[in-house]
Amino acid sequence: MHPAGPAAAIIATLWWVLLIGATAIFLLVAGLIAWAWRRPPGEVQERRFVVWLGLAFPLAVLAALLAYGLVIGERLLPRATPDLVEVRAEARQWDWRFGYADAPGRVTENQLHIPAGRPVDVAISSADVVHSFWVPRLAGKLDAVPGHVNVLRIEADRPGRYEGLNAEYNGPGYRDHRFTVIAHDAEGWQAFLRGERP
Amino acid sequence: MNALRRHRALSRIWASEPGLRGWFTTVNHTDLGRMFLAVAIFFFIVGGILAMLIRAQLASPRSAFLGPDHYNQIFTMHGTIMMFLFAIPFFEGLAVYLLPKMLGTRDLAFPRLTAYGFWCYVFGGSMMIFSLLAGVAPDSGWFMYPPLSSTIGAPGINSDFWLIGITFVEISAISAAVEITVTVLRYRAPGMSLSRMPIFAWYALVTAVMILTGFPPLILGSILLELERAFDMPFFQVAAGGDALLWQHLFWLFGHPEVYIIFLPAAGAISTILPVMARTRLMGYGWVVAAAVSLGVLSFGLWVHHMFTTGIPHMGLAFFSAASTLVAVPTAVQIFAWIGTLSKGRPSLHLPMLWLLAFFATFVIGGLTGVMVAIVPFDWQAHDTYFIVAHLHYVLVGGFVFPMLAALYYWMPHFTGRKTYFKLGNTAFWLIVPGFHGTFLLLHWAGLLGMRRRIDTYESGQGWEAINLIASISGFVMSIGFALVLIDVVINAAVAIRGSRDPWKAGTLEWAMPTPSAPYNFASLPQVTSREPLYDAPDLPVRLARGEGYLGDPSRGRRETLSVEIATGAPRYITVFPGNTVLPMLMSAVTGLFFLGMLLKTYWLVPISAIGVICCALYWAWSLGGTTREGALPVGHGPELLTAGEVADPPGWWGSIFLLLANGTFFGSLLFGYVFLWTIAPNWPPPRYAEPGLDVALAALAGAGLAALGPRLRPSTGLLLLLPGLGGLAWAGIRILARVPDPTAHAYDATLWVLMGYALLHLAVALVMALFVAARRRAGHIGAIAGGEPRIARLWSDYAVLISGIAVLAAALPGWLT
Repeated sequence: MHPAGPAAAIIATLWWVLLIGATAIFLLVAGLIAWAWRRPPGEVQERRFVVWLGLAFPLAVLAALLAYGLVIGERLLPRATPDLVEVRAEARQWDWRFGYADAPGRVTENQLHIPAGRPVDVAISSADVVHSFWVPRLAGKLDAVPGHVNVLRIEADRPGRYEGLNAEYNGPGYRDHRFTVIAHDAEGWQAFLRGERP
Repeated sequence: MNALRRHRALSRIWASEPGLRGWFTTVNHTDLGRMFLAVAIFFFIVGGILAMLIRAQLASPRSAFLGPDHYNQIFTMHGTIMMFLFAIPFFEGLAVYLLPKMLGTRDLAFPRLTAYGFWCYVFGGSMMIFSLLAGVAPDSGWFMYPPLSSTIGAPGINSDFWLIGITFVEISAISAAVEITVTVLRYRAPGMSLSRMPIFAWYALVTAVMILTGFPPLILGSILLELERAFDMPFFQVAAGGDALLWQHLFWLFGHPEVYIIFLPAAGAISTILPVMARTRLMGYGWVVAAAVSLGVLSFGLWVHHMFTTGIPHMGLAFFSAASTLVAVPTAVQIFAWIGTLSKGRPSLHLPMLWLLAFFATFVIGGLTGVMVAIVPFDWQAHDTYFIVAHLHYVLVGGFVFPMLAALYYWMPHFTGRKTYFKLGNTAFWLIVPGFHGTFLLLHWAGLLGMRRRIDTYESGQGWEAINLIASISGFVMSIGFALVLIDVVINAAVAIRGSRDPWKAGTLEWAMPTPSAPYNFASLPQVTSREPLYDAPDLPVRLARGEGYLGDPSRGRRETLSVEIATGAPRYITVFPGNTVLPMLMSAVTGLFFLGMLLKTYWLVPISAIGVICCALYWAWSLGGTTREGALPVGHGPELLTAGEVADPPGWWGSIFLLLANGTFFGSLLFGYVFLWTIAPNWPPPRYAEPGLDVALAALAGAGLAALGPRLRPSTGLLLLLPGLGGLAWAGIRILARVPDPTAHAYDATLWVLMGYALLHLAVALVMALFVAARRRAGHIGAIAGGEPRIARLWSDYAVLISGIAVLAAALPGWLT
């Protein structure tokens, strides 16, 4: 919940909207129960509860929410942009290997280098079981499924080191199946691509 | 005959055998319902102890209490036990106990099947407990994703325990579901039309049909994964044309309906208890029924929301996200109907009502977080973190355990015939509910801070320590509360004072009998004219005990009840139930040997025990009905009725219909898997397709024609057509297998083996049934001559013809297309 990239920031905002909405609805329901409890017995209008509160109210709220979610989902999609960087992430029990389209043949283990401030597409695959690629502060997660390649868009606003995790349980080494994302400034990124140690 | 004599006569007929022997030979739903509930509570305790171990481990960072190898078994078994060995069987137990009493009948449709399911549950559950004690329990997580759960990730016997043990236990779910469906549809008090049914029966019906259509994909997945593990048939190995995602689809195709299979019975209990607690009637009965049905239907359209992070195309995500939010609507209809019920009544704060309030507070939060994770971008962050762990516990504990505690305290006077005298339950309430929220509320936040589920320990300094410590302490407070509930129940059952018959002043029929109930439930069956018969006629229990209803005359000396028309509840025929027998337990023990042979890879045991099961089943069916024609018999009022053996649609026919529904879903899932691999799996097409020639096509066509026509002709000529028909279809299947001799070569070959194996198995079943009915005819059994037995056999042979035809076509299609 300390976003450091646009995708994570959008999702963090979404969370606060959801939390406020959910709290409001919870209080509404709690208030209604308290009211129903204290009300003297007697017939009430069935339509008011079942049709208005039960059908119309959730339909309206959910339609708005769904639209919001879909719009956000569109914005998180890996779309073509001019300054795109492409990397590969291959998971296995229990480490990660990363390759770079801009530096063919270069493979790093458990460290993913990216340029800060540029969108990065990570092509995620698996060499054995199902894993999941997750850098909580940069974006959501996407699974590494054997035989399939899934593409996740990430971006770091600022240079720095970000913790990456495997987020799908994969056996005894699951807890320490981590990696580090190193976001470079433009210079550092060029230096990395040239093969110099940062 | 006075009420006491009638009671004695009926008790002699219906009672289980006395002493220890009675436990193993009983087929009575009251006994079996109690036994189901007791065993389910035992598994709840085991699952709870595992939960305590988990919380002990996570209480502090870098804990050395459990290593990952033990921890992985413990969390896998916690989930597995709570889902498969507690929640579903607890529902089954409650429904088995309550339904006949609520519906105003004397037992479930198939008493011996109840017992068979119970023993399958006990034996299968014992396998799982054994694996836990022996330290070889499954350790791949309760949803068992391959390849991790397959030979690559789990070479030991651990996964086999899950796949074989749980499939064994599923037999009990399927048999209970068939039983509940047929009972609700056909076994009610005369006059109880569908719209007069107690609301709980509606929920049980929807749940049972969901079990019939929701469990088969899981059973198929388990069988395929076990075939992969045992015989190297590569359904989930990507290199050989399989796909790990196939498992995820099959599992969640079951797994999401499962959530509603757990919630709906609880909602049924709430809809029953809440109006009584508020001293009024349920608001919007029709709306609530519609909401339950639409929940059941919708829940099959959202399994993919467990797979939002697997790389599903964006359009698919949008569809399933919409479906997942939509499912909140029928839930809201029920919640607000309940609140409306409260508002029109005069609620009083008895213990069951207290638990219902805890349900509201907890389940509404769980539902709201559920809507959150239905929004795809949010799910991408929250998926597989403690946010999900917290969400699912709010839904399952709030939506199942709390209402079931309400149900326990509501029906306890019925189970025991005693007043709830000791007030330990109130103390327990105030330990469990705050304990629960203390455990799980803050864990949402830990998840958002990046705490992944299933990690065995964690480093300090991530802001999780305080949350986890609070969660662990609260978790232990909650378990003390559950222990108190247990003590409370035992004390109240053992020593509390005798209570009155209808302590809550409820209107449904289960309270129209003395408690604890007699083995026959009702001395005579009531004529029902409304939804709450006891409100219309408070003296109904006395009149029933005096024998003023239907079938009050025990002089025929056998277990009789009425079967009614589905919609109107008009009496149709007399069902004669079988008496006490050890056969169900014996048959499930032999079934257990079959699974044991698979588990231990002692394959010689498998065919022997399969033959044993067939022999038991044949003996089971042979012992039904008699050889004398009885004609219409008096039932106490109105027209005289035939017995089940002499009608065209006996209970077995209806049972077959619903068993075939489950079976057809299984076959449909298999076809789905085939198409999925064909279109999605990376390493397709296989090196070569089987290309069956004209001979196969002709044999299949001629076979299908003969086998479909045969059972529609006179019995003697019919059999002469049916046998070569089945043979032709079998020959076509075997010819296809000859073209894919190696099932380990590619997922395609493996799939063809399963398809053909399934077809051949059903052709064999059709053959055995046809011969069985012919033998019954020769022996002069009325059911085979004048009754519905030939129609039952025809149902199964028609099904066999249909699925073998489709299987042959499906096998041949890729070869012909390319």
